[in-house]
Amino acid sequence: MHNKTIAELAQGLKKGDFSSEELTKSYLERIKKYDTALNSFITVSEDHALAQARAADAAMAKGNVTTLTGIPLAQKDIFCTNGIKTTCGSKMLDNFIAPYDATVIHKFNQAGSVMLGKTNMDEFAMGSSNETSFYGGVKNPWDIQTVPGGSSGGSAAAVAARLAPASTGTDTGGSIRQPAALCGLTGLKPTYGRVSRYGMIAFASSLDQAGTFTQTAEDAALMLNVMSGLDEKDSTSVDKEVPDFSANLNQDLKGLKIGLPKEYFGEGLNADVAKVVEEAIAEYKKLGAEIVDISLPNSHLSVPAYYVIAPAECSSNLSRFDGVRFGYRCDEPKDLEDLYKRSRGEGFGDEVKRRIMIGTYALSAGYYDAYYLKAQKIRRLISDDFVAAFEKVDVIMGPTSPEVAFKAGEKSNDPVSMYLSDIYTIATNLAGLPGMSVPCGFSNNMPVGLQIIGNYFDESRLLNVAHQYQQTTDWHTQMPEAYK
Amino acid sequence: MSLDKNDVEKIAHLARISIADSDVPGYAESLSNILNLVEQMDAVDTENVTPMAHPHAAFQRLREDVVTEENQREHFQKITANVEEGLYLVPKVID
Repeated sequence: MHNKTIAELAQGLKKGDFSSEELTKSYLERIKKYDTALNSFITVSEDHALAQARAADAAMAKGNVTTLTGIPLAQKDIFCTNGIKTTCGSKMLDNFIAPYDATVIHKFNQAGSVMLGKTNMDEFAMGSSNETSFYGGVKNPWDIQTVPGGSSGGSAAAVAARLAPASTGTDTGGSIRQPAALCGLTGLKPTYGRVSRYGMIAFASSLDQAGTFTQTAEDAALMLNVMSGLDEKDSTSVDKEVPDFSANLNQDLKGLKIGLPKEYFGEGLNADVAKVVEEAIAEYKKLGAEIVDISLPNSHLSVPAYYVIAPAECSSNLSRFDGVRFGYRCDEPKDLEDLYKRSRGEGFGDEVKRRIMIGTYALSAGYYDAYYLKAQKIRRLISDDFVAAFEKVDVIMGPTSPEVAFKAGEKSNDPVSMYLSDIYTIATNLAGLPGMSVPCGFSNNMPVGLQIIGNYFDESRLLNVAHQYQQTTDWHTQMPEAYK
Repeated sequence: MSLDKNDVEKIAHLARISIADSDVPGYAESLSNILNLVEQMDAVDTENVTPMAHPHAAFQRLREDVVTEENQREHFQKITANVEEGLYLVPKVID
């Protein structure tokens, strides 16, 4: 049962092969068996899950069914869940029980799906290895010596070990696509504004976007159908018609123009990873696609610009954590300033403090033009590169990550080297474009991800392009031996 | 850009974050490294480039100026112990 996709599980539920309660229990059993070692969940909401499963079974008996009714899912612990702890991977929120549901959670509840629990993540989504979590690192099921990537590392590891058939994540600079690549999953970051950010704890508000980890592109479409759409509670959610993302999956790829940016295949890319990605592109040629060489000349500036913009927004967003209204509060503050400073000093981890301080510095008097304004101008150049490229091509492809999963501890003391893990994913967030990572082979027995970037609101095409590849390859069906 | 001990202490104060004296040199080094990475931007002439604040900067959705939220103060205040008569408690500010 555990190796089935959402689409297959939905069929099984419909035919009565098993109930949602049986399905949910089987995943809860797997979590109990494997997650002590993997640490992919911060909270397992067993009672809540079983109640939701029974409600789903009752609804299905009455014929009230959506595709996701009764399907167990894991939710990243960045989404507020009414009555269930939401930590965002931080000591700051270790005692936080949200008084409301995030829109994403509300939509999955409305669809009748079951929440197995809340997954581990880098603290406040700041990290690329899941090692900054207050709750400890997460192990990559393909090799427990290595990291699952981050920040949505728990969501990726849980699905890779099939402790859940699918999960949600968020992607500010690559936090869905990079862990999807490192864990051998299909990861989708939609266009900025496609999915509501309401109740999704903010890191960098002009970059954050919720998305999915699934085994297949077909499942990603099913999830996106539920998650997308205008939300009055998020003024940056976009008032744009939501298509049926499953409708175009079967279209053939004859004549599809794939752009290969030369900057994504240069120095810094592991040779073995490059080879695997090139083989995937060769497969697309067989499917009838046309390859076009393109250039994104400012892409080398995406990491520098991001490390001004994201910290600047984070320093502002995280000012709400002041020890007063919710979250961690220091013991016996001697005055108000001491309350703020020690609550924040004791409640935040090192990487979060670093980013708040970089952002504070970049926005401080006398430095605004040199850092923040400069970064916003670079952001324009990066975005314009994509606009020019999409005049010539339908999608852009390249590696998701410059290397396969690295060893735990390898980069944790060197922030700059950790930041470069996202060198191919960050530009997409700066521009606000949708992107995917699709399993496309292995290097040293570790999964490699192919990144596919689409034009604004062109998720249907991205999913079609990924789905067609998954019809002729089986990389996405492979899972780590120890969890079979 | 290289930050020294005083710079880090000043930034930490602006950000209202307490930092142990023994941690200051480590932050000075890592923050300086990040700023060196960031300063690769300086090599590019951006004189006539319009800054981009947001992916969808071209529009701002507006709504009628009416009350849409119901008062849930008691519900929201249940998640902290530091409340009295509907007010949040903090150390004394005025003598």
